[in-house]
Formats: sequence, C-alpha cells, structure tokens
Amino acid sequence: MLGFLTGLFWVAVVVIAALAAGWVFRTAAIAVAPKKVAKALRTAPLTASFGMLMILVYIVVAIFAPLIAPFGETEVVSVRNAAWDDQFLLGTDNLGRDLLSRLIYAARNTVGIAFVTTALAFIVGSVLGLLAATIGGWFDQIVSRAVDVLMAIPALIFVLLLLTIVGQSIINMILVIALIDSTRVYRLARAVAMNIVVMDYVEAARLRGEGLWRLITREILPNAMAPLVAEFGLRFCFVFLTISALSFLGLGIQPPLADWGQMVKEFSGLITFGIITPLLPAGCIALLTVSVNFVVDWQLHRASGLKE
Amino acid sequence: MNENRDVLLTIRDLRIEGRSDEQWNEIVKGVDLTLHKGEVLGLIGESGAGKSTIGLAAMGFARDGCRISGGTIDFDGIDLRKASEAKRRNLRGKRIAYVAQSAAASFNPAHRLIDQYAEGPVQHGVMSRGEANRDATELYRRMQLPNPDEIGFRYPHQVSGGQLQRAMTAMAMSCRPDLIIFDEPTTALDVTTQIEVLSAIRDIVEQFDTAAIYITHDLAVVAQMADKIKVLLKGEEVEEADTRTMLNAPTQDYTKSLWAVRSHTRPEQPPVAPGTTPVVAVRNVTAGYGTLDVLKNISFDIHARRTVAVVGESGSGKSTTARVITGLLPPREGEVLFNGTALPPDYRNRSKEQLRQAQMIYQMADTALNPKQRLRELIGRPAQMYLGLRGKALNERVRELLRLIELEPDDFIDRLPSELSGGQKQRIGIARALAAEPQFIICDEVTSALDQLVAEGILKLLDKLQDEFDLAYMFITHDLATVKSIADEVVVMKEGIVVEQGPKSEMFQPPHDPYTELLLSSVPEMDPDWLDKLLEERAAGGAGASVEGAGN
Repeated sequence: MLGFLTGLFWVAVVVIAALAAGWVFRTAAIAVAPKKVAKALRTAPLTASFGMLMILVYIVVAIFAPLIAPFGETEVVSVRNAAWDDQFLLGTDNLGRDLLSRLIYAARNTVGIAFVTTALAFIVGSVLGLLAATIGGWFDQIVSRAVDVLMAIPALIFVLLLLTIVGQSIINMILVIALIDSTRVYRLARAVAMNIVVMDYVEAARLRGEGLWRLITREILPNAMAPLVAEFGLRFCFVFLTISALSFLGLGIQPPLADWGQMVKEFSGLITFGIITPLLPAGCIALLTVSVNFVVDWQLHRASGLKE
Repeated sequence: MNENRDVLLTIRDLRIEGRSDEQWNEIVKGVDLTLHKGEVLGLIGESGAGKSTIGLAAMGFARDGCRISGGTIDFDGIDLRKASEAKRRNLRGKRIAYVAQSAAASFNPAHRLIDQYAEGPVQHGVMSRGEANRDATELYRRMQLPNPDEIGFRYPHQVSGGQLQRAMTAMAMSCRPDLIIFDEPTTALDVTTQIEVLSAIRDIVEQFDTAAIYITHDLAVVAQMADKIKVLLKGEEVEEADTRTMLNAPTQDYTKSLWAVRSHTRPEQPPVAPGTTPVVAVRNVTAGYGTLDVLKNISFDIHARRTVAVVGESGSGKSTTARVITGLLPPREGEVLFNGTALPPDYRNRSKEQLRQAQMIYQMADTALNPKQRLRELIGRPAQMYLGLRGKALNERVRELLRLIELEPDDFIDRLPSELSGGQKQRIGIARALAAEPQFIICDEVTSALDQLVAEGILKLLDKLQDEFDLAYMFITHDLATVKSIADEVVVMKEGIVVEQGPKSEMFQPPHDPYTELLLSSVPEMDPDWLDKLLEERAAGGAGASVEGAGN
C-alpha cells in the first residue's frame, strides 16, 4: 500500500514537473519568438509546450552528441556491465562501453534515420497524392490501386520480407520503410487535396489556364499544409517505432552503431534482475513518441478550427 | 395587470459575448425585447447584427464560443439564465421550438421524418408514439404537404427543400409550443417555394395562436409574417414598431436606407442594331451530366455593354449554361461563339487569349478566393499571366484595380481574404476578373450571399465598370429584384429550356409566359397584404397558378 502511494506520489511529481517545464518553456518562447509565432504559441496547451521542449532537447542532443557524450560511441572504457557510479553515470553495457554515451549517440542514429525516412515518405506520398487528386482519371486509378495493394500487406511483415529480398543495409532500410509509409501519406494527401480541388478558386485557376505545377504548389498545397504537417509528426513516430522494432529484431541499425531499439534488446535479459537500465533506452523512445504526439494533437486541434 | 399576464417573453438588457482572437467581444449590446402570447416579432438586420444569437438566447442558449454575459431572459415567469440546464432542456422542444435556416442540414439523414417528428413529444411525455404519428399526419396535412399520410415515412433526402422546411415547421409544432423561433426559414429556397412555406408557416402560427420570433434579412418577407418588427444593427436595436408603421414611417436613417435599397436601376440600353456580332452567342446547346440532359437546345446572344440576366429556379440549368460557356462542361450538341468564331468546347483546348476574354465571378467569394494568398497575388496573377506585367508595373496595376473596386490600395494590398468582409471579398472577385481585361464576364449569383445594402454597392460597381470598359455581362440569378435593377435583356429558364427571352422592358410587362408570371408574382413585395392578395389571386386561377414551381 505504501509502495503504491509512493509510486503515485512520484508519478504526480513527474507530471507536475513536466507541465511546469512546459510552462517555463512556453513563457520563454513567447518572449523570444517573433510576434506571429508568439501568438500561435500562446494557444499551446502545457502538454504541447512540454512536447516542444522535449523535441528541442532531442534535437540538440542529436546534433551535438560528440560534445555532450563523455566517451566515444564504440569506445570500450570499463569492465562489462558496470554499475552506476560517478564516472559512468548510467554504468556500462555488456562490452564495457559507457551507456550514457551510447544513449546520446543513439539519439543521433535513430532520430536522424527516422527523420530522413519520414521526409522521404512524405515527399513521395504527398507528391503522388496531390497529383492523383489534381489529374484524376487513369493516373489516380493506377496509383491508388497500386497503393491499395501495398497497404493490403501487413506493414511489419512486408518490411521484413522486402529487407530479406534487397539485403540488409541502412540505405535499404530507409528506402523500404519510406516506401511502405508513403502509401499512408498518399492516402491522406489525396483525400485532403480532393476536398480542395473542388473549390471555386481551383476552378478559377484552371479556367485561367494555370499549369499543373502552379496549380499544385500555389493553389492546393498551401491549403493542405496543416493536416500534412500534423501527419508528418504522427508518421515520424510510427517510422521511429518501426526502426526500433527492426533493430530489436536484429534487422535495423547494426552494431557497433548505437540504437535504442537494439539496446532494449541487448538489455532485455537484465530486467528479470530488477535492474532499471533496460528501461532507459525504452524510455527514450517512449518520451519522444509521446512528446511528438502532444505537439501533433495541438496542431491538429488548431487545423480543425475547433474552439474549446 | 391584464396586459402583464399576456406577456410571454421578456428580455431585458441582453448582452452576449463571442470569443475571437482570445478575447471576449460583445456581439449583442443590451437588447430589450417583449413578446406577447400569439404575437409574431420580426427581427431584421444585416449579417453580424446578432439576429440569430438573440433568437437562440430566447431559448436560454448560446452557441459554442459565445456566452450570455448580462441581462435577464424571462420566459413565462421562468428566468432562463438562472434555471438549471435540466429545466431549460425540458422547455426546449416542448414550450420553445426552433426552426433552422437549412432544413436539409438540420434533419438527421439516417431517420425518417416521422421518427424525428415523434422524438420531441415522446421524449417530453406529451404524447405516446401512436398519438405522435397520427398528429404528424394531421400537421403535415395542415402544412399542405403532398401525401400527408405517407410523406412522414420518407427520409430527408427523398423530399424537396421546400417540403423539408415545412416538415421541420410541423416538427417544431409537435408539442404545441408557446414560442417558435424561425431562423431565416426561407432564405435558402426559391421564390416560388418560399411562397408555399411562408403561407404554411403563417397559417399554422395563426391556428395554434403561437408566438414567434421571425429572423430574416428580407424585409418583404418579414412584412408578410410579423405583427411588429425590430431592426438591429451590430448588436444594438435601431428601432421597433408594428409592421405597418415601420414600413410606412420609419424614423431612423438606417431603417430608411434599408427600405430604399431597391432603388438602384440602370437605364436600359437600346437594343443593338440588327446584324451586330454578339460578344458571346450560345447556339443550340444541349449539354448534361452522364445520360441526363440538363440543357436542351439553348440559344441566346450577349452583346457588348449589355447585361443579360439568366433567371430561373434551382435546377433550371442556369449554372450549367455558365459551365458550358467557360468550357468546363463540353456540350453534347451546339456551340459557343465568341465574336463570331466558335470556341473549342473544352477549356483545356482554348488559347490563353480565349481564356482571358471570358472571366467569371462566383457566388461564394469565400470559396472563390484562395485563403492562403494575399490580395496582391490574387489580383495580380491574371495580369501577370495574360498581360505579362512584372515587378513595378504589376504592383501599379494591382493598386489601380483596387482603386477601381473602391478599396484603398495601401490598406488592402497585403491582406488575406480572411481579413475582409463579405462584400469586400466579392469586390476582390470582381477585380480578379477585371485584371484579365476581358470583354465578357459571367456573374454567377454574385449578390445572393450578400446583405442588401452591400449587394446594392456591388451592383452599382458592376454597372460603373460596364460603362467604363464596355463589358458584356451574363448575370445568373434567381432574384428578380436584381434583374429589374441591372438587366438589359432577360432569359427565363425552366428545366433546361429557355421559356421566354427578350428586353427587360418587355419581360416585366404582360402578357407573360405562365412560368414567368409565376416567378414574377412570387417575388415578395413590401406590402403587408401582398401574400394575402397573391394567394387569393392564385386561388382564382391567376398569377401563374397553372404552373408547378420547381420545388414540387
């Protein structure tokens, strides 16, 4: 009973601390940001502010990893599985590498690769989706049916299958996941654009004799941006989780490169001994996913135009 | 004392605030209102006057993003602001009912009419389901709906707009409420359908001695319906008086300006010399969607400096004609000539020059302007594309166009459409069409979404521009008052056929085609007795009684 209450107490402390951090961040950001951004920021709930703060922290950590990490990524610096102490703050892994440094470098690998993959999926998916909605007819039919076929196969199994066929490498993994995810982006982009294509201003632009490129970039895309940006955040989470899952299965980022999913796998045996270490990389994954979702929720709310 | 007992609804110093840009702004600023039993009060005003907000407040309700911030609302001894939510809910539907503007959007498409009718009385425990069904049939009969015994078993999409609006009024009547709030119930309907709905509403309100608040922006309509009229402007009362006094002797300048609004008329241009090549000639056009022919063998000419008004009810093919001329819908047969030469049927095959010459202004300026583009780009793009203007010359041209449509360039050039009022948006639509320097402009119901005063301004502007640039207009509208004020020639359409065409002066003089007669006689006039007279005349077989309107 007492254990439960202490647990509850700590959860409350963490939540309050997180919201407080969010509040501090938002206040600071409003003060610093230009007028227009500041106006948008003022509508951000504390959860979204916390999310933005965390994303910022991840980005800083990923970019400045070599400066922040106390040791090198693959450097063996101590005995294996050392406990937490003053020098190795989070102990060492099963090869004697500093865990904190590995976690920091992993931010660079996992987040960086996830970002590149999502960006690629978005470029392919939204370009095709907008084209399908604007051109319509046979082009729409061919692309949409092809996407249906790709979507009919369960994503993870399909990724595993494709990776087995094309061979395991980081480039291949990026391409395969981007391909699978671009189908989801395509669906959304097409659906959003369909609603915009029927607007009078698009008809007016067509009657004016505007070309396809200008029609898409000037008339349709600017009005489709809000849901697409929100989807980008959400998609990023999924890609990120897929990469971690693949790493966990041994098909993702390969050692000696550090990666959170792979670290969870390596340490998973330790959890039976009541050691907290395996939860750290898992926590990194969870925290980023939750943070991104907080921000996306806020953006979606804004895009939908709802008022509370 | 006796006078007091008669009072049904008293609103004192009502203040309502709406939230925008993260602060509360007052949108209703201290309005008083007294309604006696069995009395009909007309609330009129332009959009943004707070009519609907006051109507809803009479039910103790405020929309999302709004709050009632001050004043009292007393309904038959119950203070609606202090009453609990449960108590208010019990009143709504039972003692106060609401009829919304768009019946099509307000009915649940998944349930039959009679199920939705019965929901109120059964929920409030007024009637059993069986009684409610019988009662529905009875009221449908009184509302003069066709097949009253069966119509309730249809789904909302299976009946026409006018019938749906009447079914909704019947539904509001189901619990025999003391007060009904009509929020623009006929605004979305054709004139011919409007008559039927108006007379049905008026009969039933009289039969059950129900009090009503009738919200509208159409003065002629409110003149038929209301015992007294309250004029609102920007959330404040301008004046209130009984209908006849109000119509004959308004005291406030604003009210007088509303009354005078239909005064603008453009002198009719003399007929063109025979043999002149029309700017646009529609020749024997048959067109449609799928296998359905929407247009059947349509022909008419539009000459320079002339306005041809194309009139008809919804579904008559007016807008389809515009789509054929612009090339969005290639006709099955016939052709469109421009200055004597045939245009390619599909807009994609037309040259830039051909596209430039025919421009279009849309009904809904909201959807016709890209919300993400600034006026500089919206107006500048056609000039840039067709006339090759760049940099300074383009900027100067945009400014010139803004001045033409009477907007101050420095103030407006970098605004987004969302930062404009409805009338200003429509002006931008006009400027965009002008930017291409065309000979011919299609105006598709350009004034029907606007308030009368604003619409008047737009008509005057179009008129001025026509003289200045020798434009030919094709003016699509269902509003005959607009036709009267600006047209030179009129084309009356019904079900894809041209029923009658000719110069305006002839069209508004008898003898008419029976359908034209029906349309003309259906336009409400500012005379409180107009509806009675018309109904009498129709009963006697006159005023287009022999033709069916599109609504049925």
